[in-house]
Amino acid sequence: MKRTIALGAAALLASTSLASAQEVLNLYNWGNYTSPELLERFTEETGIEVTVTDFDSNDTALARIRQGGHGFDIVVPSDSYIQTWIEEELFQPLDPEIVTDRDNIAPQWRDVDFDPGREYTVPWAWGTTGVIVDTSVYSGDINTAEVILDPPSELAGRINVIPEMSDVMALAIYYHGGERCTDDMDLLRQVRDTLMEAKPDWLALDYGAVDSYAAGDFAAGIYWNGASMRVRLQNDDFAYGYPQTGYPIWMDNAAVLADAENPENAMRFINFIIQPENAALISNFARYANGISGSEEFMDEEMRDAPEIVVPDELVEAGRFGQACPQEVNDIHTQIWTELLQ
Amino acid sequence: MAEARERHGWKWLLCTPALIVLVAAASGPLMIVVAYSFLTPGNMGGVEWDFTLEAWFRVFFRRDIFDPDAITLNQAHLGVFGRSVLLSLQTTLLCAVLGFPTAWFIATRPPSSRTLWLFLITIPFWTNLLIRTFAIQEVIRNNGTINAVLTGLGVIDSPLQMMYTDFAILLGMAYVFLPLMVLPLYAAMDKLDFRLVEAGYDLYASRVQVLWHVILPLVKPGFIAGSILVFIPSIGAYVTPRVLGGGRTMMLGNLIALQFGQGRNWPLGAALAMLMLIIVVGALIFYLRWANREEARNV
Repeated sequence: MKRTIALGAAALLASTSLASAQEVLNLYNWGNYTSPELLERFTEETGIEVTVTDFDSNDTALARIRQGGHGFDIVVPSDSYIQTWIEEELFQPLDPEIVTDRDNIAPQWRDVDFDPGREYTVPWAWGTTGVIVDTSVYSGDINTAEVILDPPSELAGRINVIPEMSDVMALAIYYHGGERCTDDMDLLRQVRDTLMEAKPDWLALDYGAVDSYAAGDFAAGIYWNGASMRVRLQNDDFAYGYPQTGYPIWMDNAAVLADAENPENAMRFINFIIQPENAALISNFARYANGISGSEEFMDEEMRDAPEIVVPDELVEAGRFGQACPQEVNDIHTQIWTELLQ
Repeated sequence: MAEARERHGWKWLLCTPALIVLVAAASGPLMIVVAYSFLTPGNMGGVEWDFTLEAWFRVFFRRDIFDPDAITLNQAHLGVFGRSVLLSLQTTLLCAVLGFPTAWFIATRPPSSRTLWLFLITIPFWTNLLIRTFAIQEVIRNNGTINAVLTGLGVIDSPLQMMYTDFAILLGMAYVFLPLMVLPLYAAMDKLDFRLVEAGYDLYASRVQVLWHVILPLVKPGFIAGSILVFIPSIGAYVTPRVLGGGRTMMLGNLIALQFGQGRNWPLGAALAMLMLIIVVGALIFYLRWANREEARNV
């Protein structure tokens, strides 16, 4: 028995010393979001082994990194949180010596409000939150939030809404013509009333619903574009709509942490993922666009002109970047949300 | 004598590592939760170290968001508490009703096969809760097993809507927690002296009378232990209501998670978590006092 333990301990020691001899990189990313092929290719090119750890929300990621001692090198938060990360000095500026190809970023994503000049971050993937409708059930216009917020009788009772407070509030506020973080109380009252009146027509507020749509449990919903594409690939009655009154755009961005243990490896990874052929791997896996010029030609054919990925010209203007609202406004949103789900 | 006591004292020391772990791991985090509930929410999560009772105030009351001077009871929060407590009580009751015959069946098998039955009861524990919950979803969804069979037999024309209903939540909860009721009930029945049951029949008691006056009082400790074991996790249940209920309405667990996540109000989340603890401890004290009183009366 003793010998087994001693052997086990020796093996453990041996394996850790082996691991430390090798170059490593620790990536902290959303779950089910990192293409294994991408990591394999990176390891082939550089010899650096990548370990991925999942997070499930921006708040979780921020809380964990704030505490320190996390051991991660790269994190991939959403646009609305980036300013907080930068203000709290949790990122380090990208090293121009290693990250040489920032020009690969598509022009419209190169100088964004949340990170002017892309000093800290590069795009990982971006998408929209819109509506998904089973066109065999309802044949009217689907580029409107009305199908969810004041649904036609065909759809009532068969609607699923993602349980993301910020997305749902944003769609409802835009529907009433407000700004994302408006403190106009009259408008917020209308938003609440609209949501309260719509809710009896909602069947569920569920995340992992791709197969539930495809199987016909739901006929419409508020959903993300990439997930909607996966639904359509299973059941081509479904179509994705971009509400004309306004819909949220989000972008997840990779950045190197200020206290990264392998900053150089991290910088190399950042430059690696903004190469078009590599960015395309991210898109092929996650089913979202990536914001890198020239990556389209490396993408799967079904993605290149998918209506969920390529926003129709006349609806581009309606897309709006999210922002994290001030605490007072967020508090009001939380109260409305709690009232809605009480 | 003194030597013996000394030895005894040394033995007590053997517990200290476990005690230290328990105290540090249980009360440490609890203290943090208590402290956080009296602080001010930080920017984007976290807390500022400014003392305030605001979080506790907000647990029970709300200032109307559209008219800050109007203070009313926070019906949204109270509604969520009420639903959580009610669902937990229903789950406990359903588990007791389903668990009693099951435990009785096992306890009356020959000793050799009891092990097998107990083993079968514990099998669901081998699988992750989330997976079991999704398995139930497959059975009751619109194109799931039950609807397929009923439609196939021509009993119904269109699928029954079972998913995303209160029925689905209750079914899932009872399924998940049933073993926690069966095992303590079995433990109580295992010790039951069946000669007392025979004596009851000898004294011309009917079946119902034997059940009511002999068996139930004797296995009551099992009911109490089982009820506590089922009630406590039920009140914080998060996954089952979310998946099977479709998330249309919140449970206490979901409300707390919201404050720590998108609500970014950790103090309110901490205060709600403390309240949940208070409900659980309150229920425990109620059970125990009730049990003691019954025992005192029986003696």
